[in-house]
Amino acid sequence: MNRHVLSMHDLTADDVTRVLDTAESFREVGTRVIKKVPALRGRTVVNFFLENSTRTRISFELAAKRLSADVINFSAGGSSVSKGESLKDTALTLQAMGADAIVIRHSSSGSPLQLTKWVEGHVLNAGDGTHEHPTQALLDLYTMREKLGRLEGLRVAIVGDVLHSRVARSLSFGLVTMGADVTLIGPPTLIPPDAPTWGVQVSYDLDAAIPKLDVCYMLRVQRERQRLEYFPSVREYNRLFGLTGARAGILPEGSLIMHPGPMNRGVEIDSDVADLPQSVIEEQVTNGIAVRMSLLYLLLGSGGVVGAGGQAVPGEVARA
Amino acid sequence: MPEALLLRGARVIDAAASTDVHADVLVAEGRIDAVGLGLDPKGAEVLDCRGLVLAPGLVDLHTHLREPGFEYKETIASGTRAAAAGGFTAVSSMANTEPVTDHAGIVAEIRDKAADAGLADVFPVGAITKGLAGESMAELGEMVEAGVRVFSDDGNCVPTARMLRNALVYAKAFPAEVVIADHCEDPSLVAGGHMHEGVHSSSLGLAGRPGEAEEIIVARDLAIARASGGRIHICHVSSAPAVELIRRAKHDGVRVTAEVTPHHLVFTDDDLVGYDTNCKVNPPLRTPEDREALRAGLADGTIDVIATDHAPHAVEEKESEFDLAPPGTIGLETALAAVLTHLVDPGTLSLPRAIEAMSVAPARILGAAGHGRAIEVGGPANLVVFDPAERWLVEPPFASKARNSAFTGHELTGRIRHTMLRGQLTVADGKVRD
Repeated sequence: MNRHVLSMHDLTADDVTRVLDTAESFREVGTRVIKKVPALRGRTVVNFFLENSTRTRISFELAAKRLSADVINFSAGGSSVSKGESLKDTALTLQAMGADAIVIRHSSSGSPLQLTKWVEGHVLNAGDGTHEHPTQALLDLYTMREKLGRLEGLRVAIVGDVLHSRVARSLSFGLVTMGADVTLIGPPTLIPPDAPTWGVQVSYDLDAAIPKLDVCYMLRVQRERQRLEYFPSVREYNRLFGLTGARAGILPEGSLIMHPGPMNRGVEIDSDVADLPQSVIEEQVTNGIAVRMSLLYLLLGSGGVVGAGGQAVPGEVARA
Repeated sequence: MPEALLLRGARVIDAAASTDVHADVLVAEGRIDAVGLGLDPKGAEVLDCRGLVLAPGLVDLHTHLREPGFEYKETIASGTRAAAAGGFTAVSSMANTEPVTDHAGIVAEIRDKAADAGLADVFPVGAITKGLAGESMAELGEMVEAGVRVFSDDGNCVPTARMLRNALVYAKAFPAEVVIADHCEDPSLVAGGHMHEGVHSSSLGLAGRPGEAEEIIVARDLAIARASGGRIHICHVSSAPAVELIRRAKHDGVRVTAEVTPHHLVFTDDDLVGYDTNCKVNPPLRTPEDREALRAGLADGTIDVIATDHAPHAVEEKESEFDLAPPGTIGLETALAAVLTHLVDPGTLSLPRAIEAMSVAPARILGAAGHGRAIEVGGPANLVVFDPAERWLVEPPFASKARNSAFTGHELTGRIRHTMLRGQLTVADGKVRD
């Protein structure tokens, strides 16, 4: 069973459903005046962030604190190696400090998996390089299920720089597991050549896809990648692959506009589109806390595993 | 150490003479004194070699000994220990040392240190360009006079067609056959890449090194060799299209040889799924189809040599993030067993052909006089004796200073029993002599 949260590939449909159901019971905690339950009192969660990130770190920090865990933030620009200490030595240090769970964000793909070889505690991947960002995918799945009532059969387009996007990977894998119908759309230079092996469709024509979508999920354009000549200009990118007001107008009634943030308004998404009623970008952020509470609770507060074997949230814990 | 040794009853593989017989081999004063059945020991110590295979000592065309400059990874002493442990009597030493092996002084220094260590003969490979920078030619002539026969910029692909062309043409000046060896991956296509670009790189989120990067440079190098009449060697071939290009060029009479590593013959990009940094190598491990083409190319003689690309790194360098870990796996101590287990035992390669590719052919290219020779009276006693049936688990510690073996945790069949350099046992009963 999964002692860690590393990749959406590790989670079955039942596992995902359990995480989302558990998140549902924690969602209410965030609406109270006193947003705290004692579920993880005395447990230590380390936010081990080796790559700049504000929103994900704060979301994890809030999630752990609302469960009454002790939270340590360990941040460093660049890799541990660049400071002269190896990832392994840093990991062993955190271990020696009694970390029950380590939330790791790192610019190197695969580093959370490597961490599991060296530490006893649970490891949660908060984004590794261009590999995966499973907690983002789970909060996105939560948001889609909450708004549209299901995941199976949903028609979802993930639009933009898929090649360099850990969000696109995790979300694709998760949606495919849940039976959704996924299309990756973007400049061919930014779609991995082997992406069809993920069980998704690939298209280079956003306009053809738009009228049939339940969810239009826009990825952030990494401006620095532009230098690498993947596409000619931001202007041309916006013209071909941006969610403009005109395109948003063609989206079917009731469909959702999503974005993992931070947005480049005017590049992948026009400013007024980001503020449309069907845009659920802020709700994604709110749901992120509940989903991360769910994961921490399932790993630390119940059976120690995500999925079968973990216990459902006892009513008194959620209500306490 | 006795003056004479009788190796009794081994299966003698003489790849140079294409014979495969059971015989006794008597060694005295560094040379083979007699070969035959039921030899009289005449006072020599007798080593019972029944059930074992005796062959010319192995020769490695692609070894990183790391000295001078990177003694924390490996030294000439520890690297030749690893060589002896793996049945090698001669190894090359690649030029990416610090300072770079791009002039005769460093060549002499490496030779002297190797002579002191005494566990395997070392044949330095010279750099093609000064500082491996790809810009101006190193003093090839002076290094040829110092005995160098193979030139390579190692992990750096010779960056321009013009530079490679000049080196191939210039090398024709020397009476000895001088070989220009190239790491064939187009630099612009592999920059920032960490593994084969394919199904796994896309889902692991690792930037890829596409197969066509190799195909492009192999085609370039072969075209230049064809037009210039120069002598090119393709290092560690890894992809099916490159094998086919070399096959056609050989058919056309282009002066080309090629090598393949045991790890490319055994592993594929499937083995990267757990982010095992020991499987991070350049060129990268590719697909099962590529691996099949490499095996076929070796069997039909398109690929001449099995070379290890033994690339030692410190433990802490490999215990890092995948993208930050340096590429390379050690290979001297597992090469023969890997080939026996994965190619000879399944019937892909005959044992004499394997010995030819691991001893005779590399000795010829490297100019390693006295190695890879026929097992005949009067010849130098550079020999290996191994048990073709013993199974063992690859695990640290190694004779090498390093432990970054892609084979760690794998079971292999075939174990070195004795290695003999000029009649002296460098390995006796599986133990390296110091």
